[in-house]
Amino acid sequence: MEDDVKKFLYVNRKAPYGTIYALEALEVVLIGAAFDQDVSLAFLDDGVFQLVKDQNTDGIGMKNFSPTFRALGDYEVTKLFVERESLDERGLSPDDLQEIMYEDEDDDWAEKPSIRIVSRAEMADIMAEQDVVLSF
Amino acid sequence: MSTLHTVNKSPFASGSLQSALDHAKDGDAILMIEDGVYGAAAGTRVAEALGARKGAVSLYVLEGDIAARGISTRRLIEGVKPVDYAGFVGLAAEHDRTQAWL
Repeated sequence: MEDDVKKFLYVNRKAPYGTIYALEALEVVLIGAAFDQDVSLAFLDDGVFQLVKDQNTDGIGMKNFSPTFRALGDYEVTKLFVERESLDERGLSPDDLQEIMYEDEDDDWAEKPSIRIVSRAEMADIMAEQDVVLSF
Repeated sequence: MSTLHTVNKSPFASGSLQSALDHAKDGDAILMIEDGVYGAAAGTRVAEALGARKGAVSLYVLEGDIAARGISTRRLIEGVKPVDYAGFVGLAAEHDRTQAWL
């Protein structure tokens, strides 16, 4: 089976509520998680807004799907790469993002952060090492 | 190993072209399609950013989309190559992956 595992990257570049892209991406990631592939998520440009903490959609009649990101670890989706420059450009720091943890089965189920802050150059490297890139 | 990047948004309305340029590696290709082809015209405020990567990154434009928008091949930034749909397929086959900058 190992030979069949491909590296999938889901690229998120849209803010969460202005368009349906962000929610659709998350749905596809959850569906795709059933296929036991090597999955990563990338958040850059306005995509970093998806992970901001304390979202409250009561006033706009839309589902707040940001808590769903915290469920990804249960589906073995544990690599959420966030681009530092995209945060900086929007006046955000990593502290403005919600905490997303997973339990590492190879390390006695230790709790570890899923969000990994990377530079723009590192993001380009991550993109270049994928078998499949799905953009939203 | 290389990537074909596609850009389908006008660079005057979206940061997609700039993000593609910022993340493309040397040896990659960028293909401008749909409203993305507005980025391929010479003499615009984005032409310099595109021209700065030519050589390191191959630049293409879908000719049906420039024709539809009244952009003649003479108005393209020097070094931007027009391709037809078969050329698009060829580029997708030549590269290891395709990444759409939506």
